[in-house]
Amino acid sequence: MSYIKPQFKHPRLQVNDLGLTHRDYEGALSTLCAGCGHDSITSAVAQACAELSLPPHKIAKLSGIGCSSKAPTYFLNNAHGFNTVHGRMPSVATGANMANRDLIYLGMSGDGDSASIGFGQFAHVVRRRLNMLYMVANNGVYGLTKGQLAATAEQGMKSKSGEASLFTDIDLCVSALQFGATFVARSFSGDKSQLVPLIKAAISHKGFAFIDIISPCVTFNNNPDSNRSYDYVHDHITTAAVADFVPVKQEIRCENGQSDSEDICLHDGSILRLSRIDADYDAHDRIKAMTKIEQHKAEGKILTGLMYIDPEADDYHEINGTSDAPLNSLKQETLCPGSHVLKTINESFR
Amino acid sequence: MTLFQSINEFVVRFANTNGTGSASANNMFAKAIMRMGLPVSAKNIFPSNIQGMPTWFEVRISEKGFLGRRDGAPELVVAMNAQSIEEDIQSVQPGGFLLYDSSRILPQRLMRKEINFLGMPISDICRTEYSDPRQRQLFKNVIYVGALAALLDIDFQVLKDLVSDQFKGKDKLIRPNIYALELGFEFANKQFSCPLPICVERRDLIGDRILVDGNTASGLGAVYGGATVVGWYPITPSTSVIEKFASYCQRLRIDPANGQKNYAIVQAEDELSAIGIAMGGGWNGARAFTATSGPGISLMTEFLGLAYFAEIPLVLMNVQRAGPSTGMPTRTQQSDMLTCAYASHGDSKQILLIPSTPKECFDFSAQAFDLADRLQTPIIVMTDLDMGMNFHLSEPFGWDDKHEYDLGKVLDADDLEKASDFGRYLDVDGDGVCYRTLPGTHPNKGAFFTRGTSHNEYAAYTEKGEDYIKNMERLEHKFATGVKRLPAPEITINSKAKRVGLVYYGSTDEAIPEAVSLLSEQGVKVNTLRIRAFPFNPQVASFIREHDSVFVVEQNRDGQVKKLLCNELTIDPASMCAVLHYDGLAITGQFIAESVQTELSVQTDKAAG
Ligand SMILES: Cc1ncc(C[n+]2csc(CCOP(=O)(O)OP(=O)(O)O)c2C)c(N)n1
Ligand code: SF4
Ligand SMILES: [Mg+2]
Repeated sequence: MSYIKPQFKHPRLQVNDLGLTHRDYEGALSTLCAGCGHDSITSAVAQACAELSLPPHKIAKLSGIGCSSKAPTYFLNNAHGFNTVHGRMPSVATGANMANRDLIYLGMSGDGDSASIGFGQFAHVVRRRLNMLYMVANNGVYGLTKGQLAATAEQGMKSKSGEASLFTDIDLCVSALQFGATFVARSFSGDKSQLVPLIKAAISHKGFAFIDIISPCVTFNNNPDSNRSYDYVHDHITTAAVADFVPVKQEIRCENGQSDSEDICLHDGSILRLSRIDADYDAHDRIKAMTKIEQHKAEGKILTGLMYIDPEADDYHEINGTSDAPLNSLKQETLCPGSHVLKTINESFR
Repeated sequence: MTLFQSINEFVVRFANTNGTGSASANNMFAKAIMRMGLPVSAKNIFPSNIQGMPTWFEVRISEKGFLGRRDGAPELVVAMNAQSIEEDIQSVQPGGFLLYDSSRILPQRLMRKEINFLGMPISDICRTEYSDPRQRQLFKNVIYVGALAALLDIDFQVLKDLVSDQFKGKDKLIRPNIYALELGFEFANKQFSCPLPICVERRDLIGDRILVDGNTASGLGAVYGGATVVGWYPITPSTSVIEKFASYCQRLRIDPANGQKNYAIVQAEDELSAIGIAMGGGWNGARAFTATSGPGISLMTEFLGLAYFAEIPLVLMNVQRAGPSTGMPTRTQQSDMLTCAYASHGDSKQILLIPSTPKECFDFSAQAFDLADRLQTPIIVMTDLDMGMNFHLSEPFGWDDKHEYDLGKVLDADDLEKASDFGRYLDVDGDGVCYRTLPGTHPNKGAFFTRGTSHNEYAAYTEKGEDYIKNMERLEHKFATGVKRLPAPEITINSKAKRVGLVYYGSTDEAIPEAVSLLSEQGVKVNTLRIRAFPFNPQVASFIREHDSVFVVEQNRDGQVKKLLCNELTIDPASMCAVLHYDGLAITGQFIAESVQTELSVQTDKAAG
């Protein structure tokens, strides 16, 4: 069954700074199950990019394999996309980013794709501080292969088939923090008001940004015993701070004076405004973030929102010292040393 | 006792301990021979270990130009490893010589009457001359090279010049090295009757040739070919391809204005990732490559299928080693030929370039990037440990400054503006190669989705049988038209009668002149064909058809290229003989000649009987 896009959502389509409407950020019609959480992620990504006034063609969208990895087909029609192989998107994104540091890289993956077959690649792309936004649609199962349990499923969690998860789960946010991600958030596909600002902030962040998006699989894991069902998530979700995204063009004061809120200047000059709910919340403390996640889990709650940010972080190219000009733009004159140099080189082998 | 005698035609084997700095001294010796105007080759025989294990370095000097490995015992062994001395003494050819460290007296039981012992107390000399333990170790190597100069009649000035060249810029090191050479030289001159009956005489047979290993050549070729994005994972014997690429980039690819790198190299977490990085780079319009060997190829196979099917340019350098599995990681073989030719699941196929000399490693490595961009598919450069890690006499590297990179069919924003229709997989020109666009090119034209799932001409997902077949047939067509761009085989006709033909490829080339000469001495005139690429050029089939007896010479057990030939060119397997050498050491001319000779006499007997 196919998800039908509402055709006349905006009677008078709003245009952004580029003169583009939301339509210009959409993709092909989704073929996912009706109600699949991934479709909400799709629309959140499109909305975030539209609101950021990003030129769609300056975005490269990459994914692995899975229902979630199909999602990039359904947003940003004018961006090049690459549906790679299962679990290997991080390496392809790395090569693509090495070749052209000027594009915006959106990675879309599933929990099977990232926490199992691609866990190694996930760990290392985080370590490398690739400048990208990496999203995982976390549904606790393998949707595309019909509902087997994913490594993110908490021990004891039962999917629709009744199969219970036997082993310890992998929490991708904790992993990302441990591997050195400089922007880590968790959100819920059903909460656009939280997700959209986080996506915007993550795109504006320089370096590796990770968002684990709980995204229910209505077909295989929306049952009462599952803790990835819409109902379960609604009932157990909490947040430590509400994030709001303030774009560059708006007048900005980096200190808004309220003790329960904090403005974080992002790399591109935009602001991430955090309104604290939990008094103990500190977005700059990586260790505390890991502890908080685990504490909430122990209490049966799902902590969402921005877990950690290092707004000063550097990215792969700064570490490598790569030329400012994208490598794929360098011409033969720059790349090829020419025959005269070869003469000296030959001499060294005589 | 008989003394072996030979001028300019013998083998010297150095027995050293891993990690003692002998490599550069041995290298200096090989270069000195070259500077005496004599053809020389040098092969490392080393264990998969870092320190403390025996290693050997075998230098063949051949005025006749026979530079492949030679069967049989060396005429001179320089035994510097106490651990392997027993074996090393045994390895000397009767009438040959053993230069050894006589600081410790050799047990009587190890003495052999048929060989000549040249004892030199190198450790004692070093102990008196040097106080620093490191110097004591390092200069041992230089001292024996000095002694060899006296023993083999190498012009001492040649060595002095080599030292000056080697330490250019580190001038402080020149004096002590020359001093160490002199220590050895003087000692040998005083104690032994120099020169030995085996020695060198100056000739002028080198011309402008160079002595270099294939991996250096491949790495340098990638710099010239314009590679900027590299992903890799360390594995012997491919590691030095990347190391050399990196060190040449350090020298040649740093922007002098701001110190920025015009390249990016990532040491990945594994080979899956290494080739994924190359693929991402190629997809995004950079020239990208990776290098690996044996087990790494297996890991890269999934991505090779994606690159074939989604048509992504990338270059992969496979420096083959002895498999299967970890096999003999520091020994040579040509045993990934089938795996690479048909790499990946489904109906897939890859383009292989097979260089035979360092010069060709350089050329093919650079050319691979043009081919990958032109044909939009992976290009695998197939070398092996012998080619990659040993020193071969080669034509010098050359570059035509008029050559422009062939970036293939890539549409820019203007092209897209003008184009009436863009389909990523539309065969507009009828050669099977379609036009591609790079991310970020045009605001609303030319974007498409690259996928490993079946796609139609407009890159849209399809499960329609006819779309799938059309695409698969176009890929075949692309390979068929692409063959013309690949290096043609090198054919040498020695006999118009076309009775015997040798088909071979890669590093085997070094052993061929000797094989041909030995056979010719037996009255067998052979023609040769050296395969330089897969899919095969039509000339390969003609050559095989035209010869009465065809031998396919390979360094693997299964006759992999013979199988490929039978399969691709529909040749009767029984119509060709396999000559297979796969003990992990480089193939020899003698082995080839004897195998061919034996088979021919069987054939003659059969014909007679
Ligand atoms: C190498 C390989 N093994 C197995 C598969 C089959 N496969 C396709 S998608 C998938 C799991 C996807 O799960 P997830 O990433 O969680 O995505 P979801 O469908 O749940 O969104 C598997 C196992 C494959 N495509 N490739
Ligand atoms: S199977 Fe699950 S994950 Fe896949 S599309 Fe359907 S609801 Fe979404
Ligand atoms: Mg999943």
